[in-house]
Amino acid sequence: MSLKRSEVEKIAHLARLAMSKDELDAVTGDLSNILDLVAQMEEADTGGVEPMAHPLHMAQRLRADEVTEEDRREQFQAIAPLTEAGLYLVPRVIE
Amino acid sequence: MRSQSISALAQSLRAGEFSSVELTREYLDRIAALNPQLNSYITVCEESALQEAELADRRIRGGDAGLLAGIPIAHKDIFCSEGVRTSCGSRMLDNFIAPYDAHVVSRFREAGAVMLGKTNMDEFAMGSSNETSYYGAVRNPWHPERVAGGSSGGSAAAVAAGLCVAATGTDTGGSIRQPAAFCGITGLKPTYGRVSRFGMIAFASSLDQGGPMTRSAEDAALMLEVMAGFDERDSTSAEQPVADYRAALEQDLKGLRIGVPKEYMDAALDEEIAASVQLALDEYVRLGAELVEISLPNTHLAVPTYYVVAPAECSSNLSRFDGVRYGYRCREPKDLEDLYKRSRGEGFGQEVKRRIMIGTYALSAGYYDAYYLKAQKLRHRISDDFRAAFEKVDLIMGPTAPSTAFGLGEKADDPVNMYLCDIYTIAANLAGLPGMSIPVRPVDGMPVGLQLIGNYFDEGRLLNAAHRLQQESNWHLATPVTSE
Amino acid sequence: MQWETVIGLEIHAQLATKSKIFSGASTAYGAEPNSQACSIDLAMPGVLPVLNREAVRMAITFGVAINAEIGRRSVFARKNYFYPDLPKGYQISQFELPIVGRGEVEILLEDAEPKRIGVTRAHLEEDAGKSLHEDFHGMTGIDLNRAGTPLLEIVSEPDMRSAREAVAYARKIHQIVQYLGICDGNMQEGSFRCDANVSVRPPGGPLGTRAELKNLNSFRFLERAINIEVERQIDLIEGGGKVVQETRLYDADRDETRAMRSKEEANDYRYFPDPDLLPVEVEEGLIEAVREAMPELPDARRERFQREFGLGAYDASVLTANRGLADFFEQTAQVAGDAKLAANWVMGELSGALNKAGLELAESPVTADRLGEMLLRIVDKTLSGKIAKQVFEAMWLGEGSADEIIEARGLKQITDSSAIEAVVDEVLAANPEQVANYRAADDKKKPKMLGFFVGQVMKQSKGKANPQQVNQLLLKKL
Repeated sequence: MSLKRSEVEKIAHLARLAMSKDELDAVTGDLSNILDLVAQMEEADTGGVEPMAHPLHMAQRLRADEVTEEDRREQFQAIAPLTEAGLYLVPRVIE
Repeated sequence: MRSQSISALAQSLRAGEFSSVELTREYLDRIAALNPQLNSYITVCEESALQEAELADRRIRGGDAGLLAGIPIAHKDIFCSEGVRTSCGSRMLDNFIAPYDAHVVSRFREAGAVMLGKTNMDEFAMGSSNETSYYGAVRNPWHPERVAGGSSGGSAAAVAAGLCVAATGTDTGGSIRQPAAFCGITGLKPTYGRVSRFGMIAFASSLDQGGPMTRSAEDAALMLEVMAGFDERDSTSAEQPVADYRAALEQDLKGLRIGVPKEYMDAALDEEIAASVQLALDEYVRLGAELVEISLPNTHLAVPTYYVVAPAECSSNLSRFDGVRYGYRCREPKDLEDLYKRSRGEGFGQEVKRRIMIGTYALSAGYYDAYYLKAQKLRHRISDDFRAAFEKVDLIMGPTAPSTAFGLGEKADDPVNMYLCDIYTIAANLAGLPGMSIPVRPVDGMPVGLQLIGNYFDEGRLLNAAHRLQQESNWHLATPVTSE
Repeated sequence: MQWETVIGLEIHAQLATKSKIFSGASTAYGAEPNSQACSIDLAMPGVLPVLNREAVRMAITFGVAINAEIGRRSVFARKNYFYPDLPKGYQISQFELPIVGRGEVEILLEDAEPKRIGVTRAHLEEDAGKSLHEDFHGMTGIDLNRAGTPLLEIVSEPDMRSAREAVAYARKIHQIVQYLGICDGNMQEGSFRCDANVSVRPPGGPLGTRAELKNLNSFRFLERAINIEVERQIDLIEGGGKVVQETRLYDADRDETRAMRSKEEANDYRYFPDPDLLPVEVEEGLIEAVREAMPELPDARRERFQREFGLGAYDASVLTANRGLADFFEQTAQVAGDAKLAANWVMGELSGALNKAGLELAESPVTADRLGEMLLRIVDKTLSGKIAKQVFEAMWLGEGSADEIIEARGLKQITDSSAIEAVVDEVLAANPEQVANYRAADDKKKPKMLGFFVGQVMKQSKGKANPQQVNQLLLKKL
């Protein structure tokens, strides 16, 4: 299965990945090859088979509603690229 | 280099034959001498390691030392370690100083182990050769032009070359077992849910599992005892009691039923590797086990299934790396979209981007049913194959990898060919079963791994079988030339 | 041309848990930015979510309250999109298997029959953080304190046909979540938020293209925004245009809706089950426990108020509009022993005073017990209604209980007939001319003329004489 260049560009946008022209060229071929590999799934019959999301048949455990976390803003923001007045800064968001 | 087991080293430390500081110093010196060539460490924690060793020595003298007191180990750089860079092999996290310890890291701290450093790995654990690391490829201690395997290649090479006593790794599709096979060491991927994933940077959440990489099954038993156990911070952590793995080691193998999947030992397998695997199987027969031919009919679908499930989960798991709260941020973004796209485009390497894109595609509107849902159904069928097999046998054995360690750069430009390296290991991850790789007779001087797959939470039996073989053979004791 | 409006609402109710839905960070409102965002809320590498039991219980409580099916097995899914207030790059929500399935509520508009509005589903999800657009050198600041606060998203069927119905439905849900104690309902602080899907069609025709309206942070804005949007869509269609499916923001200052720029592109959320969380299994026992602990709901309480206290439908519905008011009234009525009197005072004097002072009921300086005690003094004739208003004012100003104020100010009503008779005699003696006029007047004029004498007696007694007794004595003596 071969992907169109425009499809690859759309995926790159959805995944928010900047890619150069060369990268896009290379990845278009790679993705097509990987999809060929994956296409082997098509032949397999999965009628009546339940999808399996987890290896273990367990149910979600529930936490008590307690505040257990303290304020660690200073430590967390020490490794942040850009903060001011306790806020993380990003280029202006337009709504 | 030292070839003693962890328990022998621990005994010497307790007897005062040498101190942890001396032992740690010795390993740090070896790292300084050999790591520039092997590139198995991303970060070496010389100062803190010596401090930890000193503390361990005091605790040993005081008589309240933990199970691994004073033993120098290394962690795969996927486990967050407070105050130490945790890069996950990526430019994205090159500047990330973790503000907390992974559950596994804190368990080793509590046990008194000394952390020598953080080992090299494929970027975000995506790779089978350790060539996708931002910090460069790891070289195989047995042959400098060969790969160490991946993604836990740094841990495997470090253990093999004696740059640590033991190490941790993670395995999503074979990332502990395959490098263990390539480097001639013992690697164990526990049952999904056996070891907490808290603080272990996620690649594919429903497949990832941490485990020990050691020189012997006996060491692996000790390491697993420290790592395993319920953790309330991981919703997928199993509330199953941890077995006494060391006590299980010596059990007799008489009557053990070993399933050998015909799909693993078919004509496609390299003849010499097949012969090495058969030699080990014969040894098991000599030890009283019985070989049973079994079939895992969906084996050929494991790789395609995996390459939908794992990329789908990774595409979502890696969305948090956006240049806002930590990690790499591009220079002078012109707007928000530019910030996202360039931070991620520049921060991630090729393989990571490929997998994010495959996963994004597989989950996107119109393709979900054909890819993701289909893969989840096949996952069920692959698991059912094992379920049926374990009604007839106690363990499954076969090769860990289709070849020995291949040349650096040999498969780097061919992702699909690289993916097929994990053909024998991936199914255990899809099913969530424990798997192990132990060294058997080498081929052309390069290590070969025997893979053992056990039933859910049956790590004890895996370790038992591996240990008994290691008592009867010397393959696990072989050391590479580089490390002498 | 005739147009029919079709409205469906998506309501996000913040659940009143102490900690977040997937982390142990506090949910308290108004903290310093990012001081309540822990490693899990910040989506640090390697951290994992663990579900809050209380959030699950609250969701089930809502489901039981609206007679909905409870999802015995519900699954959390990831909704993937990039936005700076969404640290993981996905929101943990529920998609295919929500915790609350189909249910319904009844709304009642003044001039119409009761109408049932279907609730399609209600699911648990996490809230996002907040973007602050004040000027940080032309940048936006991100505060993630709110990130991870549990939300119950309540999705209605497109069953509403007017803005008024939409508001009645939203108020109903607001009332229910407050009664259940699962949401504080504070719309200013964003604890209760409404989005409206609005479309128009020829009556009975197929559904038109809908616009989703956001930023409706009061019931008034909800009504206003829908009406404006309906007008816009009709004008657009009648002018030959087409409605496009989009998200529109209501701008209260300009009183208009406008398309949101950031959400222009078609989203592809790539939902899939969250592999970090396992299916939530709800056992029958939990549903039973919730059912048993269920507080009285507004409709039931309204009916009880009518039945038990003999209140009219209107009074009963006003007094049950929210749980706090209903509790206040019921306590007042119990202390006073006269429900109608209590209803009049709570809806009249008390509500007026609160309105005037701009206070919430919970901030009232006069408690239900105090008000009840004062009303008791009306019931036992210690106070007249008129004097009671003075006592209420004094209580409002913090001068103590009704009895203390009556004592301190000597406001006790005079009911001793001989005391009143003395005052009546005094007044009659002092006004012989008026007495003569009264007696000479014809019967039609007499009641009006009597008022003069009553006024004089009340003046002499400083308002404390019991007016009925004054009347009776005057009539007798004249």
